[in-house]
Amino acid sequence: MHHEPITVPTASVTLPEGNSWGRLSRISAVVGVVALLATFALYFKDGHTFFPSYLVAFLFWLSIALGGLIFVLIQYATRAGWSVAVRRLAEHVMGTLPVFGLLFLPLLLGIHDLYHWSHHEAVEADRLLEHKSAFLNSFGFSTRSVVYLVIWSLLAWWFRRQSIAQDQSKDPQVTRRLQARSAPAILVFALTVTFASFDWIMSLDPHWYSTVFGVYLFAGCFLAIHAVLALLCLRLQNQKLLAGVVSFEHYHDLGKMLFAMVVFWAYIGFSQYMLIWYANIPEETAFFQERLTHGWKGITVALVLGHFVLPFLFLLLRGVKRRRATLRFAALWLLAVHWLDLYWLVMPPLNHDGPHFSFADVTAFVGIGGLFLAVLATLMQKSALVPIGDPRLTESLSFENV
Amino acid sequence: MSGQAASTEYGLLAEFQTPEHLYQACEKVRDAGFSHWDAHSPFPIHGLDKAMGLKKSPVSLFVLVLGLSGATIGMLMQWWVATKAYPLVISGKPLFSWPAFIPIAFECGILGGAVGALLGFLSQARLPRPHHALFNASRLERVTDDAFFISIETADPNFDRESTAQLLKDLGATHVEAVAA
Repeated sequence: MHHEPITVPTASVTLPEGNSWGRLSRISAVVGVVALLATFALYFKDGHTFFPSYLVAFLFWLSIALGGLIFVLIQYATRAGWSVAVRRLAEHVMGTLPVFGLLFLPLLLGIHDLYHWSHHEAVEADRLLEHKSAFLNSFGFSTRSVVYLVIWSLLAWWFRRQSIAQDQSKDPQVTRRLQARSAPAILVFALTVTFASFDWIMSLDPHWYSTVFGVYLFAGCFLAIHAVLALLCLRLQNQKLLAGVVSFEHYHDLGKMLFAMVVFWAYIGFSQYMLIWYANIPEETAFFQERLTHGWKGITVALVLGHFVLPFLFLLLRGVKRRRATLRFAALWLLAVHWLDLYWLVMPPLNHDGPHFSFADVTAFVGIGGLFLAVLATLMQKSALVPIGDPRLTESLSFENV
Repeated sequence: MSGQAASTEYGLLAEFQTPEHLYQACEKVRDAGFSHWDAHSPFPIHGLDKAMGLKKSPVSLFVLVLGLSGATIGMLMQWWVATKAYPLVISGKPLFSWPAFIPIAFECGILGGAVGALLGFLSQARLPRPHHALFNASRLERVTDDAFFISIETADPNFDRESTAQLLKDLGATHVEAVAA
């Protein structure tokens, strides 16, 4: 209930001249390129560790951008009011997707290093791989990968462009159009992310299969974007931006979504585990056998505690979601365990005897992350930080949790 | 208790024309330090809890306690059934195969939480209650249609028949009446 009519404070919704994000963009780009070059140099030193490290880093930053895309699509499909104040930031995050098309290219060179099914002699010696070779072959893998990345980039580009055009036109028809397109786009997103998770991660162990695997990766993407949105809002508000736009009510909701995704991740992860444990079929149990023996058991236990039990108890408290310091801590923590989750998915088939953290893990993470941040900071300067032409913006500004 | 009025009267009922008037009046009544009073509206008004100075509802505590109890009872029940009452080896797994018991323990937790929410709500709203003194005021019937009210009880330490009625009029009440106990 507000007594005064709500107006959008125009000064705080665009980055001012000479803001620190321009510097961040330049520094991130330089650091990113240097770190990537260092990563490529490590390839010549030790080719075995390069591609897995690069894949984990690629998936981590990509999952944030994909989270941005599905976040935006879901807000349109559900005609959400609360999220309009933070939706543009997600649109900027998904605007980085085309960069991942370029960053994927090195992985095409690593098919033989990463994927057992890509070796002809392995396929010939293995009935199962022979059976799967109609799908799991280098040409199909490369083609599909390019298709996924092109589709995601186009979706992100189109939705972002329409939304930014609405800043000037204030045309409510844009919202109607995006709402109508969002539902089929979600379908396309679900299929492409599922197949991408099968191709890029699940096929690392080509005998293993799990139909819920795409949803598991989606849970990580959706968790990551809410953490990143909370961090972006906190950072911008520290710089006196988004004043009067993003309130504790929005932080509270981002926190609630983080909590929900912590539970959802555990729900999907446990569903996958329980069915495999119950059925006890050798090709399926191999996945968990590998991760519950040798050095991997520690990481598995750390994930259960760090990705579910601890954040569940922490985010259960209302005050945690409404205080800046605690929400920032929770968001950073969840991004860290999300990275560990991806590491846990990718690495065991390639390092059976346990985790070997390498220098390439760090440089690939910094390299891809640097380019991601550089592009994100550039996009944020090119248009408003809030969809100022959206007809639901005032609804979002006056939003309060009941 | 203030004088003889307390024995025969429940309190005062004041009608307001719009939710805005009700909201602003609630802020003033809150600031005047009243504790035994309530606001009545046909629909939820965002932020009215803050305008009334209400504390956070303890319903979530009921949900937490009963939810955890439900999950614990669900797990214990399955442990007892599977290891004591009817021990059967199924597909070569241990008698206490806890991963298989998690879904039912989870559902029992949901059930406990839902029951906790219901009981917490009923206890906080002091329901069920077949009659309330405010029903003596026939004017209140319109609260389910288009009218907004504030009621202040005589039991409130700050209550005074004249000055409280005057306060409510000053806050924009279009009608103030005494309600019989």
